[in-house]
Formats: sequence, structure tokens, C-alpha cells
Amino acid sequence: MTTISMTVNGKTISENVEGNTLLSSFLREDLRMTGTHIGCDTSQCGACVVHVNGEAVKSCTMFVIEADGAEIGTIEGQANNDGSLNVVQQAFQDHHGLQCGFCTPGMVMSATALLKDNPKPSEQEIREYLEGNICRCTGYHNIVKSIMAASGQDVSKIAAE
Amino acid sequence: MPKDGGIGAATTRREDVRFLTGKGQYSDDIRTFGECAAVFARSNVANGTIKSINTEAAAAMPGVLAIFTGEDFVEVGGNPAGWAIVSRDGEPMKEPKRPVLAHGKVRHVGDAYAAVIAETVQQGKDAVEAIEIDIEEHDAVINMADALSGTNYVHDEIGTNQCFDWGWIEDNRAATDEAIKGAHHVTTLELVNNRLVPNAMEPRCSIGHYNTGTGDYTLHTTSQNPHLTRLLISAFVMGIPENKLTVIAPDVGGGFGSKIYHYGEEALVLAAAKKLGRTVKWTSDRSEAFLTDAHGRDHVTKIELAMDKEGNFLAFRTETMANVGAYLSNFSTATPTFLHGTLMAGNYTVPLVYVNVKTVFTNTAPVDAYRGAGRPEATYSLERVIDMAAREIGMDPTELRRKNFIKPDQYPYASAAGLEYDSGNYDALMDQMEKVSDKAGFAARRAESESKGLLRGFGVNAYIEACGIAPSNLVGILGSRVGLYDAATVRVNATGNLSVMVGAHSHGQGHETVFPQVVAEMLGIDAQSIDIVHGDTSKIPFGMGTYGSRSLAVCGSAVVRATEKIILKATKIAAHMLETEENNVEFNDGTFSVAGTNKSVSFGEVALKAYIPHEFPIEAIEPGLEETAFYDPANFTYPSGAYCCEVEIDPETGKVSVDRMTAVDDFGNVINPLVVTGQVHGGLGQGIGQALVENTTYDDDGQLLSASYMDYTMPRADDLPFYTVDHSMGNACTHNPLGVKGCGEAGAIGSPPTVVNAVIDALQSGGKNITHIDMPMTPHRVWSAMQNAK
Repeated sequence: MTTISMTVNGKTISENVEGNTLLSSFLREDLRMTGTHIGCDTSQCGACVVHVNGEAVKSCTMFVIEADGAEIGTIEGQANNDGSLNVVQQAFQDHHGLQCGFCTPGMVMSATALLKDNPKPSEQEIREYLEGNICRCTGYHNIVKSIMAASGQDVSKIAAE
Repeated sequence: MPKDGGIGAATTRREDVRFLTGKGQYSDDIRTFGECAAVFARSNVANGTIKSINTEAAAAMPGVLAIFTGEDFVEVGGNPAGWAIVSRDGEPMKEPKRPVLAHGKVRHVGDAYAAVIAETVQQGKDAVEAIEIDIEEHDAVINMADALSGTNYVHDEIGTNQCFDWGWIEDNRAATDEAIKGAHHVTTLELVNNRLVPNAMEPRCSIGHYNTGTGDYTLHTTSQNPHLTRLLISAFVMGIPENKLTVIAPDVGGGFGSKIYHYGEEALVLAAAKKLGRTVKWTSDRSEAFLTDAHGRDHVTKIELAMDKEGNFLAFRTETMANVGAYLSNFSTATPTFLHGTLMAGNYTVPLVYVNVKTVFTNTAPVDAYRGAGRPEATYSLERVIDMAAREIGMDPTELRRKNFIKPDQYPYASAAGLEYDSGNYDALMDQMEKVSDKAGFAARRAESESKGLLRGFGVNAYIEACGIAPSNLVGILGSRVGLYDAATVRVNATGNLSVMVGAHSHGQGHETVFPQVVAEMLGIDAQSIDIVHGDTSKIPFGMGTYGSRSLAVCGSAVVRATEKIILKATKIAAHMLETEENNVEFNDGTFSVAGTNKSVSFGEVALKAYIPHEFPIEAIEPGLEETAFYDPANFTYPSGAYCCEVEIDPETGKVSVDRMTAVDDFGNVINPLVVTGQVHGGLGQGIGQALVENTTYDDDGQLLSASYMDYTMPRADDLPFYTVDHSMGNACTHNPLGVKGCGEAGAIGSPPTVVNAVIDALQSGGKNITHIDMPMTPHRVWSAMQNAK
């Protein structure tokens, strides 16, 4: 067992962990933050994306001891201080950017990281950025639209409802 | 009237808030004090005889609590097929037992032969490695044609690999043969409807709990239909009385068919929970999901279309081999038959249809309904052969379809495949599709593509499907072993808010938002005061769950009927409160009033009176305000659509890109256009995925080569375009109270042939004499076809 400490959504935590514990398992099992989802075993699906020092990381690709001392952001920490949805979350709701909700935490975390680096991404830039996030419900249309809307772009011309 | 939360409003979804903040509660998110883990030992050979299993060493491993093998379930029942099919010769279908754990033989890679219950998943995995199994391996039965002609059987006890040989409509067989023999033109196409893995993003998970004090079981599981799962476990597999078993499907991360079915893991965790007196949990990893979730499609078909010299359709004849895998999954026998053969007249006035389907056992995972379930296979065969026929006789593919469409004045229309279509207008859908897709601009877009060295094609498709699978009386005659009604309970609470318990299950469809819109509209109250309860057999009436685009058409109708009963009773109470006769009471905008007076009471006041029945006519009206309705539809619903797409092909690489995709659907009335549009988008994504990238591949030894997201190509955001979706041309369903038809599967039904037709159009425009390429049309397949074509 190794003792690690880190900041998760602004809160400092310290825990004893086994060396082979993945960050994704640590969040879900040890911290009981189950908003980070596990949808595959090959680091392909992106349901487990979190922020590590502000960068989008698939938390299943990282041992938790590698995150010792890091600042971790998860879906549970994204809402505004008053509990209302933040700009990205709100855009996903407004534009029906989710259905079953399972891939959604990863999508929101990836989208947030994208917008930090590229505040006005094009449709193509969004699609390419989401290569590592699989959604089976939406056909991606409304996810891409949501992210464009979250970046302040006019999405009223994008086809349909 | 509710201003923004009623019927027709594009209300955003209330359930989104919990999903967007990480507060969804999926099965694997549930933790129970003292829970332990189930881990399965799965066969790594496709076909073998189990000579011995030695669990001694494994049982001595740290943390191991119990080990189960097939021997432990010999006395319990098998997981049954839900639909009995009779072969052309009158023989009932072959139904080999599907045990909880394999016993005697393993029949596909991933077939579970043992389960370890341990304190932790890791300890369970270590112990599984220590189980010694001696399997005598046999040649795998993989190819369907070989399976039918050979003597190497998946199930030795039935002495054949054919489950049934079904003819539809058998009485039309001779006439169909005759029509084809004498036809002016016959187009023949052999095609493969590629095998797919549904791939709901949430892997399956089951948690068994046994209350040693009461003898009650609880199963949390990833299910689209908790009551059906309970019924199967109770009546067929485990014999647990239904009143002692609660099945809860909490938030479920997508299903697409794969979570309709009962799986052995559910029975195992219940048996283990009872044996140990502890909560037992199993969560599938993605590799297990690929190996054991029911797959979809997997048809090999020869279809013939006979026409007269004007291009009028005379007959369709198909011969299909449909893979059912190693065991019969619950809907596996209905999917290639009554959900497929009955749609083989399509949107057309063809007088004769004959469909022959042979279902085949193979040493592969079970195959069952996947989004569309039989109807995508029907539409694909029809719309590909029609497109090919048009090109053969030199007629525009759209014109050939229009020439043979059923016309609006012909409804109700008895199709040659045995269904009675209630409403539709296929020409109008085609007109709208041509308009919103800017078909007129295609030539200019093609010229632009060609200037970049790319081929551009335009593909078109018309589909009809049967949704809201029902009525029970009819499906019973056709072999269904269950009824296909649904149920709802509307509970008006004393303070005027409502809990609506529904048999449908939402795993992405937005029921928690949409169903309240219906009730709010009917009662004239705020939709936010109405909550939906679903997914828990201890809370909801016995309903059949969600699949086959049935939720709104069937369960939504039950909600309407129950709400009507509420209004009826509330009117009686209001009449008493207003000191008048019932027939003097009018109900509008949530207010009961006496005509011609200013006397009124609100819905909330009536609710309160129902539960605080002081000065209440107890002899005439019971207290309380809660009503249940079961709704059994009069017919299927028949959504239809006209789709088109434009593809670009890079002739250097064979890569196909879908540039434009348009879906115009007749869903009847639409309750929430935002949700309906989202449903179509998802279906289009899956349909384009089938057409271009997805494929399930077993090698000759029965090893699944496409068993991870590294190997099975899931469509990603950059594989797909923005879609144009239109459902403004609805013709209301004539037989359900909402006039709705169902929208969940349309996109996946309509899009695959559209994409393939567009690819063929593009290749032919480039001078290549290519008439068909099987899905998925990968760059390799397209490029190879181009190299081989003249």
C-alpha cells in the first residue's frame, strides 16, 4: 500500500492504495465517485475521461499513484457553485446531446478540455477531437452541436430540431 | 393547457441533469454492504466436450467463497425462446436447452462453464485461472451453409443444426414461383446482412440479493424489461415465485435489444446470493460483452424481384439463412421470421411474396434482435434488389419505387406479406425527402466532387416497419409465448402531484420527460408536477418493457387510458364538491366547472378531497385517486420513411464518406420532436455504421476476431455527418389514442440500403460495372471491387 494525496474537484484527499490501482477504479471504488464510467477494457471508449492538471485523460490508462499530487477534475465537480449546470453541461441538455447518459461524463470532460485549448472549434475539429469518445445513442449529431453551442457559435442553421 | 410541457413541445429532458452531473445510478454504481463478486470461467474453445472440471485448487484460493459449475444447475430449467415457430413440414422448431452454466459441452467461445464467488473481483479472477478443465475440442460449426449440410452438430441431441425451416406465406409459394418463372424481368441478388454487436456503452451488470429473513430475492440488472426478466427467471429457469423476486433495472446505459433478454449471469448471482446469504455482483467487462451479449443480424439471403415490362412488381421471393448462434436467445426465433418475413412486401402493391428462412445453430454467441430486429434485414434485401432492378431496366430508382408504391387512398392496405397497414403516404415522403435534401442540387455537387477527383453517388430508400409489436391475440396465433400489451398506473397524490408507474423502461429514450407531457396535456397541469416511475417490478404494474419502438405506442396508450379513468373519477368527485350532477361538470385546463356558472374546483382540490374524504359519498365513490390500465393494441403501427444520402468515394483508397444524410419519416403524431429527432439520429449512426464499418468476424475455429474496440469498428464522431431529419409528414396511427407510430428503430432500418445504393451509384458514375458490395463497405472492399471491375 502506498499513501497518495491529491486534489479532487478542489478537495484535498489522502488515501492508501495498491500500486496497481487505476485512477478510474480509485475514483469509483475508493472515493465512490461513480460519475466516471468504465465502458471498455482497451482505453477506447472514453467514458472515463477526467481532467488531470487540466488535461483530458482516460482515467483507465493511469495508475492512481501517477496522479499523486495532481489536481483531478471529474464530472461531479463541473456544475456551477450554485449547483446549476455549467455552460457545457447546459448546452448538452439544451441540444439533446445525450440519451442513455453513460458516455456523457466522458463527453463533457473531453468537450471542456477541447474548449479550453480551442475556444471556437470547427465542426471538423470537434469530430476529430472526439475520436476517443464513443457514443452509441446519438449518432454524435447533437453532441457536436452541443459543443459548438457551448463555445458560443450559432447552431441554429444546423439541420433539424 | 400546459404551455411548454404538453404534447408536441420540444421539452428538454429532465433526466439529463443527473446524467450531466455524474449522479446517474447505473447497476455497477450500486454498492451493498458485504457484497462479494462473481467471476465467470468461460470457454476458450468454440465446440468441445467437458471431460472434467476440477475446482479443488481454485476453491482453496484466498477470498474464494463458492464455486458453481453446470452440475449445480442440472435440476433447474433452461432459458427459453419466447416464440414458437413451426417449420414448413409442420415440425415444431428445435429447442435445445440453454442452461445457466454449460454442462456436458461448451458451444461457443465465452460460454460460461463455471463461476467463482469471491470477496473481490481480483480474487475471483485469480481463482478462475486455477480451475482445471479438460475439454475435448471438436471442429467448430461456423459457416451456415456448412452447418446445414454437415453432420457436426452444435447440439448432438437434436441431430441437426437447423432450428426450423419456415415459409411465409406458404400458400403463396407455388404462385410466387409461377410468377417469377413467367416474368418479363427478374432481378436476382445475393447478399449478406452483416453480423453486428449491439454495443450499448454500459456493459451488462447483475447484482443478486437474498433476504435470509424473508426469503425474498432482489435482482438489480441491466434490463430493458424487468418484468419479462422476472417472469423468465421465475417460470422457466429458477422457479423462484414471482412474489418472492423483485427485479430492478435502474439507470441503464443503452440496450438496442441486447438487454431485452435474460442471461445466465442473472440466475447465477441469485443462486449464489441464496447459497451465501450475501449480495453477489457481476459486472461484464467489454471483452465478455463481445463474447456473450446477443449479437444482431447475420443473414445470408438470395432475393428475386419479378417485374412486368412496365416495371410493375409481380413478386418477391427470398431464401435466407439466419444465424441463431449456439443457443436460442429469447426473441431469436421471432426476429428472422415474423419481424422480417411479414415486412417483405415493403411499401409496395406487389401481389405475391414468398419468404423462406432457415435458422441455423452455430458455435457462435447467440444472435437476437438488435435495433430494428428483422425489419432492417427485410428493408435491406428489398431496397437493394429494387435499386438493382431499376439500374438493370434503365429506370430511375426513385421512379421505380413510386410506380409501385401503395397510394394514400388504398388504406387500410392488406400487404402480400400478411399485414394490414393502417396509414401512410409514401409519395409525399419521397417529395419531402427530395425537397429537404436538395436533390436538385446533386448534379452540381457531383460535379464539384469530381473536380476534386472524388466519385459522388446519390442513394435512395423507402421503408416501412411494424412497431409496437402486438396485439396479443394475433401474436399468440403466430407463436408468441407472451402477451405484448403494456400497463400504467397513474397515482394522483393527495397534494395534487402525480406518480405514473409504467411498464416501459427508459434507457435513453427520455420517458421521464415525454410521458409526463402526455399526462400534463390531458389533465391541464404542469408537467413538472408529474414523475415517472419505471424499472422496478415492486413498484410498477406488469408491463413488457421497451423494445420494438413500442414504448409510446403501447405503454403511452396505457398511460392515456389510465389518465382517462382518473379524469372520470375526478369528475365524479368534483360533481359532489360542486353539488351538481356529473354531466354538468366540464374539465378544462385543470379546472372542473359547472357549465353556465362561476362554480369551479381545481384538479388539486379534487385530489385532496379524494384522500381526505370528509363529507364524501363513500357509498358511491371510493376514496383515493389512482387508476391502472392495461393496453393491448389492435394492430402493429407502421412507421414509414423516405431516406437519401450522398456519398463521396476516394478512388485511390476506396474510402467512402457519407456527406449528406436525409431521413424523412412518418411517425404519426409526435409528442416531443427533440427526443424523436435524437432517436432518428442514433439509428442513422448505427445504420451507417453497419453499412460502412461494423462487422463481427469469427474465424473457422470459432474465435471471435472482433472482440474489442480495437478490432470491432464502432462509428466515431468523425465517421458521421450532420443529418437532416424531418418528421413533419406524419399520418396519425389510426388505432391508438395518441396516433403515434414509434421512432426508435427507423434510422437503423432506413439507412443501410440508402448508403449502399449511394455507393453503387457513385461507382457506376465512375464507369465501373459494380452492382453490389456487401456491407461493411470498407475501403478494402470498395477498392478491391473497383480493381476487379471492368
